[in-house]
Amino acid sequence: MIKDQEYLSDKASYCLDLTKRLGATDSNVVVSNSISETVNFRNQKLDESNRSDNLAISITTYIGKKKSSISSSNLLKDNLDTLIEKCIETTKNTPEDEFNSLPDKDLLAKEVKNLDLYDDTHIKNENKIEYLERLEASASNDKKIINTESSFTEDKSNFILANSDGFLKGYKSSSFTASSVTVAKDDQSMERDYEYSSKCHLQDINDAEELGKLAAEQTIKKLSPKKIGSEKIAIIFDKRIAKGILSTFAGAISSSAISRGTSFLKDKINQKIFSDEINVFDKPDILKGLGSRSFDLEGVKTNTLKLIDQGVLKDYLIDTYNGKKLNLKSNGRCGGTSNIYFDNGNISYKDLLNSNPRCLYITETIGHGSNIVTGDYSVGATGFLIENGEFKYPINEITIAGNFKDMFKNITLANDLEFKYATNSPTMMIEGMVVAGK
Amino acid sequence: MSNFFEKSDLSRSDAESIISDTLQKCDDGELYLENSKSESILLDDNKIKNSSYSSDLGFGFRAISDEIVAYSHSNEISKNSLKQSSENLKSTLKSAKGVYNHEIPKSNKKYYENINPIDQKTLNEKIEILNNVNRYLRTKDSNVKQVTANFLGEQKSIEIIRSGGETLTDIRPLVRFNVTVMLEKNGRKETGVFGVGGRKSYDAYLQKENWKNVCDEALRIASVNLESKPAPAGEMKVVLGPGWPAILIHEAVGHGLEGDFNRKKTSAFHNLMGQKVASEGVTIVDDGTIDNRRGSLTIDDEGTPTEKTVLIENGILKNFMQDRLNARLMKTRSTGSGRREDYRHIVLPRMRNTMMLNGNHTQDEMIKSVDKGIFAVSFGGGQVDITSGKFVFNCTEAYEIINGKIGSPIKGATLIGDGPSILKEVSMVGNDMMLDPGIGTCGKAGQGVPVGVAQPSILINKMTVGGTKL
Repeated sequence: MIKDQEYLSDKASYCLDLTKRLGATDSNVVVSNSISETVNFRNQKLDESNRSDNLAISITTYIGKKKSSISSSNLLKDNLDTLIEKCIETTKNTPEDEFNSLPDKDLLAKEVKNLDLYDDTHIKNENKIEYLERLEASASNDKKIINTESSFTEDKSNFILANSDGFLKGYKSSSFTASSVTVAKDDQSMERDYEYSSKCHLQDINDAEELGKLAAEQTIKKLSPKKIGSEKIAIIFDKRIAKGILSTFAGAISSSAISRGTSFLKDKINQKIFSDEINVFDKPDILKGLGSRSFDLEGVKTNTLKLIDQGVLKDYLIDTYNGKKLNLKSNGRCGGTSNIYFDNGNISYKDLLNSNPRCLYITETIGHGSNIVTGDYSVGATGFLIENGEFKYPINEITIAGNFKDMFKNITLANDLEFKYATNSPTMMIEGMVVAGK
Repeated sequence: MSNFFEKSDLSRSDAESIISDTLQKCDDGELYLENSKSESILLDDNKIKNSSYSSDLGFGFRAISDEIVAYSHSNEISKNSLKQSSENLKSTLKSAKGVYNHEIPKSNKKYYENINPIDQKTLNEKIEILNNVNRYLRTKDSNVKQVTANFLGEQKSIEIIRSGGETLTDIRPLVRFNVTVMLEKNGRKETGVFGVGGRKSYDAYLQKENWKNVCDEALRIASVNLESKPAPAGEMKVVLGPGWPAILIHEAVGHGLEGDFNRKKTSAFHNLMGQKVASEGVTIVDDGTIDNRRGSLTIDDEGTPTEKTVLIENGILKNFMQDRLNARLMKTRSTGSGRREDYRHIVLPRMRNTMMLNGNHTQDEMIKSVDKGIFAVSFGGGQVDITSGKFVFNCTEAYEIINGKIGSPIKGATLIGDGPSILKEVSMVGNDMMLDPGIGTCGKAGQGVPVGVAQPSILINKMTVGGTKL
C-alpha cells in the first residue's frame, strides 16, 4: 500500500521541526512514495514482472541567505537526524546568495484543486497479462513482424510538500501506461517502431487490439527505406516529434536559462518569435491531464499562461530564485511546464500534406541536436517522402538541420491537436529546412 | 563496508533463508543491496548555486526462470519488505522448475581502492577551487559571459547475496569535475565543455592546479566555436580525432553487440558472428579491468569479475557482451558485463570501457588524403537505433578539410551513419590511441551507467554530415 498523507506529513513536520531547532532560518521538505508495477511481454509470452516501492525525502535548509540540501531514500529517524545535522553544517559553510529564499507567502497555493488525477483502481498482474496477450496477438498478426515487446505499468504516487512558512500540502496521483515496440523485417531491412498510451485513469487507456495494430502498422510502413539526396525542403513533423520542438522552446524560456543568459530567446519578451497564427498555452488545471498540478515544486500556485500570443512571447517560465534575479514574480513554473500545447492551426492535416508538391514527413529523430544557447538544430531522422499529399516511400539515414530562430517563424500547424502527452502539438510543418542525405 | 542488517529487524541469516526459499526452483537470481552516498557542489553565474548531499539505500530482489525475470525493489530493508518482495517474485514464477546455477567465477583483482572521495576534500576546499575556476576564466578572457563548474562525487557499496548464502561485495568510488564556459562576442554566443574523472580521489585529477587545464580546454573549444561557420550538408570523408570521438564506436557497434539485443535478434548484428563486420586492422575490445577508469568494475552487478572482452578482432566479429541471463540462454558465459544504474533497476548487458586499438597510420596522413571532408575532434552525445543500425553523434568541435589541409572550424552538426557498415568504411586506423577524459554516461532502457571510450584517429570514407550548407 502506498503511504498515506498522515505518514508523509508526520515525516515532513518532524524534519521541519528539527531543522529549526538546529538553527535553520527557513526550510523546505518534500516526502514522497511511489509504487509501480510493470509486466513485460515479449513475443506473446511473459518476459518480466517488476514491482518498485520508492520512498524519497529531500530537505533544503536556509540560514539567512545561505542554502544547502540533502536527499535520501532512507526515512529512518537515525538517518534523518544525521543527514539534517550534516545539511545544517554544510549550509553554514556555503557562501551566501542574495537571491536564495522561500517563495513569497502570498504566492503559495491556498488549496489543492480536484483535478481528478488519482484512480484508485488496482489492476492485478493477471489482468495486465490478459491485456498484453490481446495486445501482442494483434501486433503479431502480420508475418513481417518478427519481434514484439510490450508492457503495462501501473503507477501510484503520493507526496507532501512542506515549508517553514506553514505550507503543507500534497496529493495522490496515478498513471496507467501500455506500450508496444515491434520489429518488422523484409529482405532488405529490419525496422522498429512503437505506440503507447498513458493516462491517469485506467478506463481511458487505449484498447489493447488497437494499440498493437497501430504499433505493427507503423513499423511495417518503415520497411525498405531509401536514402535521399541533400536538399532544402519543407518538413512535416508528426505530432510525436512536433512536441519535442515545443519542449525545446520551453527549455529556452525557463527563467534559469534566461537569467544565466544562455538562451537564444533572452530579451525577446513582447517580441514576435513565431508567425502570427501561433499561440502557445500552458494549462495546469486540465482534468486528468498528464502534466496537471495544483502548485509547483515550491508550493507556488499555478495559473494558465498564454506564453505565445499571435506569435509574440508573453512570459517566461519563472521560479522563485531566478524570478528574484530577473526582478519578476514566480508564475509557479519551478520544475517546468504543466500541460503545454500549441493551439490548433487553421488547416486540416490533409491540406497540410498537400501544401507542397514534395516534402518530408518525419516520424522519429535521434541525437541530442538542439542547442538552446545558439538555437542551432541538427538531428538524425527517419520518415517518409510525400509527393502531392501521398506517402511515397520510407526514408532514413538523413539529418535535418536549421536554426530555431528561423524555424519558429516558418511553422504552420494543422488543426488536429489532441492531449496524448503532457506536451502536445498538432501536426507541424516547417518550410526551408536543410536535409543532408547522399 | 556497509552493514545492511545493522539497524534492521532482518538478520543476515533471515535474509539468506528467504533468498534460498524464493530461488529454489529458479535458474538464477540474487538479492542485491546497495548503499550510496553522493555529493554535488555547483558554481554557476558567479555563485555557489548548489551544495547537496544524498544518501540512498535499498535492495533489489531478482528471480529468473528460463527467460522470465521477476524483480522487486524497496527502500525498506526489513523482514516485512523482503517477504513481500519474495511473494511478488513467487507469484510471477509459480511454474518455475529450474535448477539454480551456483557457479560464479572468482578473482582477487581489484581495479580501484576502497575510498570515499567525498570525505577526502573539505567543502571549503571544493568551494575555493570552484571560485578560483570562475575567477581564472573571467580574468583570462573578457568574452567569458558564463561559467559553470561542479564537483560530483560518489561512493557506492554493494552486496550480492545468492541462493545458498554466497556473498559478493564491492565498494566503488567515482568522481567527476566539469567546467562549462560560454563566450559572447559581437552578439554571438558559444559554449565549451570539458571535464575529468574516474574512480580515484578528486586530487588525483586536480593536483597542482590541474583544474586550470580543464578550464583552458573548455575555453579553447568555446573560442574555436565562436569563429565557426555553417557546417556542410551531405556525404563526405570524415577524420575522427583520438580519445572521446570513440563515442562513434560506442554508438555504432557497441550497443548492437550487447547480448540481450542479439538473443532477441533485434540487433542488426545478431546473425553476423564470425563474419567480417569491419575493415582489416580494426580491433575493438570492451575492457572493465583498466585501473581507476570510469567504466571499470572489480565485479559487475551480478558478482561476475569483469574482463577484457574482444568484440571485433581484425575486422571479424568475435564476441557479444553478456550478463548471466543472456549468456545462459545463448549457451555461452557471462563476460562480466551485467550492470544496473542502481537497486531500482534490473541488470542488463552493458558496455564498460569500449576501445578501438591502435593501427599504424598517422593523423597527418589521414588529413592529407582528404580532398573534401571534415575533421571531428570533440563530441557531445550520441544515439543509436540498434534495429535499423542507424546512429548519430553531435560534433562539438570540428573543422572542414579542403585539399588535404585543415580549414575553418564548423558549427556543431549531427553526423549519421549505419552501424553494421560504418566500420567497413574505416580506411586508416591511427597509432595515437587515447582514453577519454573520464566523463561518459551511457543510457539504455532508462538506466544511466558510467562508461569509458578510447580510440586512435581514424579515417572514414563516407558519412553523412548534417549541416545547413548545401
